[in-house]
This record gives sequence, C-alpha cells and structure tokens, in this order.
Amino acid sequence: MNVIVCVKQIPDPAMPGELNSSTNTLKREGKLILDESDSYGVEMALQLVAAAGEGEVSLVSMAPNNEVSGMRTALAMGASKGILVSDPSLQGSDALTTAKVLAAAIGRLGGADLIIAATESSDGYTGTVPEQVAEVLGLPSVTFAKHVVVEGGALKVNRQTEEGYDEVTCPLPAVISVTAGVVEPRYPSFKGIMAAKSKPLETVTAADLGVTPVGWEGAGQTISNVTKAEARAAGEIIEDDGEGYAKIVAFLENLKVI
Amino acid sequence: MDFDLSPEHEAFRKVVRDFAESEIAPHAAQWDEDHTFPLETVKAMGDLGLFGLVFPAEWGGGDGDFASLCIAIEEIGRVDQSMGITLSAGVGLGANPIFRFGTEDQKQRWLPDLVAGRALGAFGLTEPDAGSDAGATRTRARRVGDNWVIDGTKVFITNSGTPITSIITVTARTDDGISTFVVEAGTPGLTIETPYRKLGWHASDTHGVILDNCSVPDHHILGASGSGFRNFLSILDDGRIAISALALGCARACLGSAIAYAKERNAFGGPIGRNQGIAFALADLEVAVENAANLTYKAAWLKDQGRPFTHAAAIAKLYSTEAAVTATRVATQVFGGSGFIEANPIARFYRDAKILEIGEGTSEIQRIVIARGLGLPVS
Repeated sequence: MNVIVCVKQIPDPAMPGELNSSTNTLKREGKLILDESDSYGVEMALQLVAAAGEGEVSLVSMAPNNEVSGMRTALAMGASKGILVSDPSLQGSDALTTAKVLAAAIGRLGGADLIIAATESSDGYTGTVPEQVAEVLGLPSVTFAKHVVVEGGALKVNRQTEEGYDEVTCPLPAVISVTAGVVEPRYPSFKGIMAAKSKPLETVTAADLGVTPVGWEGAGQTISNVTKAEARAAGEIIEDDGEGYAKIVAFLENLKVI
Repeated sequence: MDFDLSPEHEAFRKVVRDFAESEIAPHAAQWDEDHTFPLETVKAMGDLGLFGLVFPAEWGGGDGDFASLCIAIEEIGRVDQSMGITLSAGVGLGANPIFRFGTEDQKQRWLPDLVAGRALGAFGLTEPDAGSDAGATRTRARRVGDNWVIDGTKVFITNSGTPITSIITVTARTDDGISTFVVEAGTPGLTIETPYRKLGWHASDTHGVILDNCSVPDHHILGASGSGFRNFLSILDDGRIAISALALGCARACLGSAIAYAKERNAFGGPIGRNQGIAFALADLEVAVENAANLTYKAAWLKDQGRPFTHAAAIAKLYSTEAAVTATRVATQVFGGSGFIEANPIARFYRDAKILEIGEGTSEIQRIVIARGLGLPVS
C-alpha cells in the first residue's frame, strides 16, 4: 500500500509570527518546521503501510526558499521520499491554487492508494485544501478521520462529528483528512534522522508541474484587511463561601444551559 | 573553522528536547521525591535509540558520533540529572566496556540488549578503600578449576540494581595485575545492597555490591588478564566527556530559569534583573555555560576525529562540573527563598550538581591529569 501525505512546513509556533504589511500574509522567510498537525497524518500513513506489510509513504509539500527542514522530520519518522514545490511565483497562492499544485505533485509521484492531509494547518487554518485536492484529483474524500483501517481493499473510517463519530466506508484510492491527536506520532530516532539525509527529495517549480497561473495572479482572493482578534474578557472567579454552588447554578441558568 | 553542529545534530537535539520535556520533565520532581527509578521511561529512552547511539548498526546501534551522545545527555540532563546519569552510565560504563574489550561471543551475549536499552550494565570499580586510587583495588579473583572466583566489595555502583540490570563489570586483582570480569545479575555470591539514600540523583539507581565467593566462567574475563587498569582508564576518558555534557545540561537549566525569573520577579519597583548584582551574576553564568559547551563539544569532536582527547576530556569535565555547581548556587541566589523550596526544580539541581565534581574522576584527579599533560611531575 502506497500512501502520500501532504505536509505543510510552517514558521515555528514557539516564535511569535509576523505579518507582511503589504500583502497581509504570514512572513515565511525563516526556518520552517513540520506542522505538528501533519505529524499525525505521517504517523497514520506509516502505521497503515506497516499494517499492509508492503508499500511506502511519500510526501508532497509546497514551501518558499526550497525549505525542506520539516519534510526531513517526516522522512526521519520513516517516510521514504518526497516532492517539494518551491517557486517564488507561488507567493500569494490561495487554498485552491495550493490544492492544484499539491495534486499535480501527487500525480508526479504516480498517485497512491491513499492520500492523507491534516484537517487544517496550524498557521493558515483555511481547512479546505484536502477536499480541494480530492476534487482536483477526482477522488472521494473523507474528512475528520479519527480511526482508519483498510479492509478488503476498501477504507473504513471513523469520522469525527459533533455528536460522536460516523462509520464510513469508501473505495480506494481516496483522500482523507485526519484530526490532531488521533495517533501518537513517533519520535524520529537518530538513525532515522541520519537516514533522512540521503532520502530522495525532488524540488520542482509550479511550471515543472504545469500549474499556471499561481501566486497572486492565480488567486481568487485578496486579503483586504487584517484585524486583531478581540481579547477574551476575563472570567468571573467565584470564591466559595459555602454558597458557591448556588452562584454557579444561577450562572448556568442565566445562560439557559440548565 | 566551524563551530556549528550539523543540521542532523540540531534536528536530533530538538527530538531529544521534545522527548525530555514531554516524557521526563513532568515527572522528574515526583521521581526525585519518591526515589523512584522510572523503568518505563528508561525503556522509552531505549526505544528512542539513546542507549545505542554511538554503537554500530550491526549491534543495533545508531552509528552516531560521540557528539550526538553528548547532545542527548545534555538535553536529558537539562530536565533531569538522574536520567542523564542513567543514560551516561548505561552507555559509557554498561555497554562501552563490552563493545571495546569484549570478544565476539561476549558481544553477542550481552551487547544487543544493552544497546537497545532493554538491559543496563554497571561498572564496579570504586571500593571502600579504592576510588581515585584504583591501583589499591582489593577485590580479588582467583582461578578455581575453569572458573574465576571473585571476593570483594564495590561501592556507589550506578545502574547495578535496576530490574533490567543484566551485568556488572567489576575490576579485581589477579596474579598479573588488575583484570576485569563480567558478573551477570543473579550470579550466586553476588549481593546488591539496598539503594543508597543520596543527597541528589534520587531517581538514579546506586548500590553497594558484595562479591562473596562469586564464581564466573573463564570466558567472563573482559580483555586480557592484567589489562584491567589500562582498559578502565580509557573507559573513564569517554565518560568524562559525557559527564561534562551532563553538567552542561545542569548549568543551562539553571541559567535559563534564573534569567526568566530575573525578568518577571519584581522588587523595589522593577524586575530584579535590572540590578547589576543579579545581571552581572547571570552574565558571568552565560560565559561559563558558553565555555562549558565549547569545551564539551570540542572534546567530543577530538574523540570523533580519532585524535587524542584525554587532556581535553579532563579540562571539559573539570570546568563544566565546577560551572554546574556554581550555576546551581547562583540560580538559587537569584530565586531567593523560592529557590530553596523543593517545588522549584532549582532545589533539585542544587542537590544533584555536587556529585558531578566527584563521579568519573574527582576535580582533583582532573587537575592531576591536566597537570601531567603539561609535563609536570605531579604525584
């Protein structure tokens, strides 16, 4: 079973992010790391391939400045190879263009039995790319997967819902988006890190993939304004003087939740 | 000229730091308080490949260099010195003697489990009357038929009584000098005493070991008979760089938390870090940490280049361990009363640091090694 994981390389969330004031987009010049939300997809892919007993995990990513640090992390976890699409003309690409680029990169790898992405990235949060990739590739898509097995050549997915989960069956090949925390991503070993150094990573441009127009030119969006989120108001602290429970009950009644 | 670690070293540092912060740091205070040896966590360190880092892949190791081991020990030691010494001793004193001096059969028998972290090895050198003066070893081994029968007492032996301790390598006097023998856990005549109540390193496993008519087969002798003295001196050279890395982790932890506290703690109308009395002490500590790092990784680099490193290892061990002790004292002073409370990790580091100036060669022994390197006829 061959699995391709779409991985995003993002600025380290531990460092305060900065916006480019002329384009209202996130500055992504520095070193980028593997988006933590993608580490779950990589882990799930590795487990599915291990369970199948054959095949490999490949990666596709789109990032500026030929940045591969985050992809190396996924290779160190156990992925076999990857394609990075890096091209100055990609700057300003919207979610749909990103999906077209990733779909083309997936095609360049020869497709796969399963394509995995995170439900959303930790920096952009559009949460639309996986479904768009599926549409561009003409494949079925299952979102919010929390448990995935392959049985008899079909995919069985427990799909997270607000109330619980749906059991979904879907033919392969397919695209799924996985929610954070559904598996425990492995720590890359030293051996894995050293091995990752020599695993094949191809860097291509959008033109190499035949995707045009891209960047601001291809974007169906402009970011006209960015405003700060309102600071959350401080909560109310109730000191328990023996009647604390009554105040909490009154508070909840006021919200009409009890 | 290049002072940078490789991108792979940096990636590995991040992995070990993530592991240390999520799997060790949250529990370190409790293990310390309870004197718990956290077996499952030690096994998880094995799963991460830490115990096998420097050994060849044919033994299940990571084919890594000594710098990578120093990175691992520094990062583990930055959150928990007990787990740092468990790793350092497991690799340097447990697996390394077998790897360096073992026959093919001995390696086959003991090395794979030690490399994988499924088992731990200990090294019994120190005795009640022989520590730095290892030539005064009193433990004796005598030939009885095809066996060696060992009698003696060893003290302060790290990793000697864990549930996964597989071997204790002991030095003993033989007719031709000092020899080294591998004693398997559970061998009749081998007694592991109850663990010490120590000032620090509470989660590290340390026992006295008694060998009473303890018989091991002939093929348990490690290296040539009479070569024990030379062999363990070379084992200790490696260990000194590792202890330097452990001390570096301690000093870095102290500096980091003291800086953060000096910025947030207010007194006399502002953060205490604006007072030169605090700021200069932390500036001095930064210099010490930088020096300790450079000395540690230079010694590791020399070793990795296959160049002589005994002198550099002694310098690194001496400097870094004394810097660590200073760092715990300075950081405690910056924290004031709250640094004296056990809920603050600084109090644990303060208790843990002192042994760094003693284990694997005291500061005095390091000065002798360094002075001899200068050609001085110091005795």
